[in-house]
Amino acid sequence: MIALILAQTIAITGGTVYPVSGPKLEHATVLIRDGKIAAVGTTVTVPPDATRIDATGKWVTPGLIDGAGQMGLVEIGAVPGTREGSLRGDTIAAAFNVAEGVNPASQVIPVTRVEGITTALATPAGNLVSGQAVLLDLAGATIEEMMVKSPVAIVADLSENGKDDAGGTRAGIAERLRGVFRDALEYERRKTDFSRAQMQPLGASARDLEALLPMLHGQLPFLTIANRRSDIETALRLAREFKLHLVLGGAQEAWEIAGEIAAAGVPVLVEPLDNIPSYDALGVRYENAALLAKAGVKVVLLETDTHNSRNLKQQAGNAVSYGLPWDQALRAVTLSPAEVFGVADRYGSLEAGKVANVVVWSGDPFEFSTAVEHVYIRGKEIPLKSRQTELFERYRKLPPSY
Amino acid sequence: MKRTWWAFTASLSLVVACASGQARPAAQATVPAPAAATETTSVNRPQYPSTYHRHANPPVLVKNATIMTAAGQQIANGSILFRDGRIVAVGATVVAPAEAVVVDGTGKFVTPGIIDDHSHLGVYAAPGTDAESDGNEATNPVTAEVWAEHSFWPQDPQIPLAIAGGITTIQALPGSANLIGGRSAVLKLIPARTVQEMKFPGAPYGLKMACGENPKRVYRNRGPSTRMGNMAGYRAAFIQAEGYREKWDKWNKTHQGDPPARDLRLESLAEVLRGHMLVQNHCYRADEMAQMLDLGHEFGFKIRSFHHAVESYKIADLLAREGTAVSVWADWWGFKEEAMDGIHENAALNQAAGVRVIIHSDDPSGIQRLNQEAAKAMYAGQRAGIPITEDQALRWVTANPAWALGIDSIVGTLEPGKMADVVVWSADPFSVYAKALQVYNDGWLVFDRNDPAHQPRTDFELGQVPTTGEDR
Repeated sequence: MIALILAQTIAITGGTVYPVSGPKLEHATVLIRDGKIAAVGTTVTVPPDATRIDATGKWVTPGLIDGAGQMGLVEIGAVPGTREGSLRGDTIAAAFNVAEGVNPASQVIPVTRVEGITTALATPAGNLVSGQAVLLDLAGATIEEMMVKSPVAIVADLSENGKDDAGGTRAGIAERLRGVFRDALEYERRKTDFSRAQMQPLGASARDLEALLPMLHGQLPFLTIANRRSDIETALRLAREFKLHLVLGGAQEAWEIAGEIAAAGVPVLVEPLDNIPSYDALGVRYENAALLAKAGVKVVLLETDTHNSRNLKQQAGNAVSYGLPWDQALRAVTLSPAEVFGVADRYGSLEAGKVANVVVWSGDPFEFSTAVEHVYIRGKEIPLKSRQTELFERYRKLPPSY
Repeated sequence: MKRTWWAFTASLSLVVACASGQARPAAQATVPAPAAATETTSVNRPQYPSTYHRHANPPVLVKNATIMTAAGQQIANGSILFRDGRIVAVGATVVAPAEAVVVDGTGKFVTPGIIDDHSHLGVYAAPGTDAESDGNEATNPVTAEVWAEHSFWPQDPQIPLAIAGGITTIQALPGSANLIGGRSAVLKLIPARTVQEMKFPGAPYGLKMACGENPKRVYRNRGPSTRMGNMAGYRAAFIQAEGYREKWDKWNKTHQGDPPARDLRLESLAEVLRGHMLVQNHCYRADEMAQMLDLGHEFGFKIRSFHHAVESYKIADLLAREGTAVSVWADWWGFKEEAMDGIHENAALNQAAGVRVIIHSDDPSGIQRLNQEAAKAMYAGQRAGIPITEDQALRWVTANPAWALGIDSIVGTLEPGKMADVVVWSADPFSVYAKALQVYNDGWLVFDRNDPAHQPRTDFELGQVPTTGEDR
């Protein structure tokens, strides 16, 4: 059965195709075979055995990627038994990889994917170093089947929230992280001494220090939340000192130093509709994404509310309203997150050889009037059903028939 | 209320903040009728009256725009004229006086001012510290004696953000920690120094009540700790209120002997029993809404609107019969168990069943784009085969919340004689790309996106929040 599905060939024909990696193509075909994109273009030959999907008048894009939230890690926000995203009792939780907390049967997954979001980050939260985020496709019966990449980044929190685990001051955050980073490198040099207990106590457990090493060697991004301009600058400083591959998240006041961030080559994950001032970032504003992109920063757009990850489309539309060019907004929810999370060789655009996460829309994906018509994840058509569509069907006529 | 970046705690904080109620007795309706013999006691004196006054402005003509009246009409290439705070004419051709300011509306859309019947602006103000956490008097399950206006901070920097989203009137509500959370305030959303200057003249008060998870969680150690405990709590309060009302009504008629002792908590509840105050009831589950309707029957009051009402589509027939509105989100769900059954078609299914539908925010971010939230709910209905019109969906954020607040004869549509609460949009307001360009509140241009002279800033923002285009 599985082999049969994988062998399926699907030709989406006649649509306006937005490959993202190149200009849009009118009346083009996207050919999917064995879970991968086999061809994209206006002169693609459709094999006779292919299932044809007529997309005339429709828009075809890569599946959208939400680079935030806790997909699979939270079922009901207020029910602790259904939350898996935060590790208690370890403020430097670098070894905490969220993967085994992911629930592939989560109802949030179908609700999200039927709206064109096909891939999402599952992000640890809390603590100073929160843990390791993983990237998931929103289909699959097991964690392994869903997994796109693990880990994607070490997540830390340099915002006001991180102070709780650093003695209550911002300077404490920076100093604690420096100490832990140095200890990790020291631990690496002197593992033998450590195992013989011939070392001073270290700033975190051996497991956590070990987990930091790939990041300290630049092989894994350091994804840090920082909102205040000075906190963003602290993150940039730490990245320079330790030669980290920094990714900024939240970054509410990043627009104020967009040029500096661009010069450092640091990508930024932004929630466009984030604009309520707090003492963590009084300068938060709708134009953040547009101003960063204009300065040359690689921007990824987010919807951080896991249950409404589907509103990533609305976030992107509003980013356009506040100055981000439309094609850049599409890139910021497809190819840019794929690049930032290190999977652009497989995800983020419609190109031959990439994983066939493809969405057919009735129009502009960011518009409310647009319907999702087909969703493919790894080349397999996803039924447009969720617990919510079942509730609707039950109650569309009252009283319901049970 | 503050969203944290990874969104996880945001949903948790909603649990207490959201609830609803509506506000404010017509004129002095709250106050037992004065009697000559008691002119020196507090009940006979003004109770925090509105000091709202209309700002003098020249007449305004917006022409060549698409006028969406929320009263059944959509006029292409139409015009609207307002003067002295009142809409004078709406139509294909409108003759304007020579002194009118003329706004070219080519390519633009005009709607009534947007009304949010569920807001915590001013009571859960930004920057969101404990010092501004004034929305839940969570010290007793029944606090009908507290008034949201006494918490409201007019310098909340969230207010200009909401104005820029086209909001002209809000109901500021106490939170939902309590069974009965207190009185709401119906406010004109304008720059002001005091809440009294914002109080919508003549609007009745609302009473915020809350069902379900929140009260039973907040009071689990002292009670109520169950849904049946919640019900017993409402009933006990209204039984007391019945006696209080009877005593005062009798005394007001006869003026025999000493007036009864004044009790603020029971005074509010008695006003509900008299029909002067509108019940605004935070309630998620269908079965609980049915219980609350029965509570209303037991004590002889109507519930004006169920707020959040994520399961209202399950009992839309019952709600239509009862004449109770629903104030809902387009798509919030899943942040707690009683919100698990939220569906995109909730608003549309209620509309189709004949229920008065309102899209509300309960959120300082969502209030900035209620037009977008209405769009999501409208198109979800259309996709499901429920033919919601743009006029109906526009009423979800204008005329219908005006009705829920008891001010629908004054605001909520673009019709001659209505208050000139008018928004000019850059595009069809049901597009994600539309932005409010101009917001007129009672004829006063309180916001103009393209004119730095009409971008309100609160005291809080001065010197610490950069303005658009300004670097630090």
